[in-house]
Amino acid sequence: MIRPHRNHPLWFAFIVHRLSGLALVIFLPMHFYVLGMALTNVDQLDSFLQWSNNPVSKAAEFGLVFLLAVHLFGGLRLLVLENFDWRDWQKSLAAASAGLAFVVAGGFLLNVV
Amino acid sequence: MTALRIYMAQRISAMIMVPLVFMHLGMIIYAVQGGLSAEEILGRTRGSIFWACFYGLFVTAVSVHGAAGIRVIVTEMVSLRKGTADLLTYGIFLLLFVMGARAVVAVTMP
Amino acid sequence: MVGANNKPEETDQPEVMIEVSVWRGDAEAGGFRTYHVPSRQSQTVLDIVTYIQRNLDPELTYRFACRVGMCGSCGMTVNGKPRWTCRTHASQVISNGKLTIEPLRNMTKVKDLAVDMTPFFDKWVEAKGAFVPTKTRHDEIEAIKPDSKERRAADAAVECINCGVCYSACDVVAWKPDYLGPAAINRSWTLVNDPRDGAQAERLKVLASDAGCSNCHSHQSCATYCPNLLNPTRSIAGVKRRVMVAALKGEV
Ligand code: SF4
Ligand code: SF4
Ligand code: FES
Repeated sequence: MIRPHRNHPLWFAFIVHRLSGLALVIFLPMHFYVLGMALTNVDQLDSFLQWSNNPVSKAAEFGLVFLLAVHLFGGLRLLVLENFDWRDWQKSLAAASAGLAFVVAGGFLLNVV
Repeated sequence: MTALRIYMAQRISAMIMVPLVFMHLGMIIYAVQGGLSAEEILGRTRGSIFWACFYGLFVTAVSVHGAAGIRVIVTEMVSLRKGTADLLTYGIFLLLFVMGARAVVAVTMP
Repeated sequence: MVGANNKPEETDQPEVMIEVSVWRGDAEAGGFRTYHVPSRQSQTVLDIVTYIQRNLDPELTYRFACRVGMCGSCGMTVNGKPRWTCRTHASQVISNGKLTIEPLRNMTKVKDLAVDMTPFFDKWVEAKGAFVPTKTRHDEIEAIKPDSKERRAADAAVECINCGVCYSACDVVAWKPDYLGPAAINRSWTLVNDPRDGAQAERLKVLASDAGCSNCHSHQSCATYCPNLLNPTRSIAGVKRRVMVAALKGEV
């Protein structure tokens, strides 16, 4: 998929944005389903939350937080690019979005352990 | 739906969600301290008009945003007739919106 | 100096050869053929193609005219990336003594390295890339301040040589063949910024259409490869703002 003409930082920023968005849309119905348990069966919700308190689930949650953060910061870059005066340092901004997303996801990880 | 409508729906929903996602991320990091429990989450959200509005707006915007995104991805990978693409878009919007609204009711109903 | 098809000037050194894979074929079928071309100093990719055509395979078809980066006719895909070949030095792109040369992407192949650029140019017309005058020769010449915002926006985008490199680099063109593409919208943007032009409303309608600016994902492949260092992504972002405002006002 990474054909030579795609091998540049801003194309990677694009594919990260696309794949994170796709993953988040796939995740959302599950997220809503679990929260919906509060309507019918609070105990079930609670036992799910207890169960998810294991390292593998936490690693997955770290991934989800990263996806959300990287989609937020990457999207913010695009909104600014499209709606305000042009800035030439798009590569730096894209790198900064990825960096910030790691910081946010790292903050999450520090708080769960 | 025209490509421009999709574009605008996607951008406007994105702008709405910028502050919401910041808050959501903040909440996630704050709430996981000491583990998650149903009691803790529901104690915060149940009966709160603020959280009902917050999550209601969030769910609406994300349903629009997600449906627009999937439409763009799918129509770039396979060529769909306009009617089919519209159907797909509304379908994803409805799925996300109905499930999301149910979740909002579940956690904020007094 | 050494011309592309001349003998080398010094013969005491063993010749360094470049292994060049060139795509041969037409719209229906084709494949790579390998040639061995002697390496030269200051040799461009176009020199290499010319060497092959003059010395190794007279049936090789390719297109060029100016050889100095003016005409935009020598675009090819070199080692997977779109480039103007007359100003691409072989030494910059050869990897491990090898070079792969293919026709530009996103355009129908005609023969070997020559592609049909008709749809590319048709889209310029479709995007209303021609100036529509509002005055006659009897009117005063309208003064455009060189430092006005519009003039500077147009200036930044105007030096396009229609080479199709950006069009060939754009994934959205590959995915949605109707998309006007970076070059046509970039051209259109220069006219959106021309206060003398009389077709602004129609132009904005095309730019707002399903073939228009909203397809662009700003991944800047166009800007990355444009040999003239133009930035169609920036121009398209400008168009998006105009179109968005027009749409909110109900004009498009
Ligand atoms: S930025 Fe837009 S025009 Fe340029 S390559 Fe990407 S999609 Fe195509
Ligand atoms: S914008 Fe650049 S790459 Fe595209 S046609 Fe013009 S000169 Fe070539
Ligand atoms: S031959 Fe004219 S631009 Fe390359």
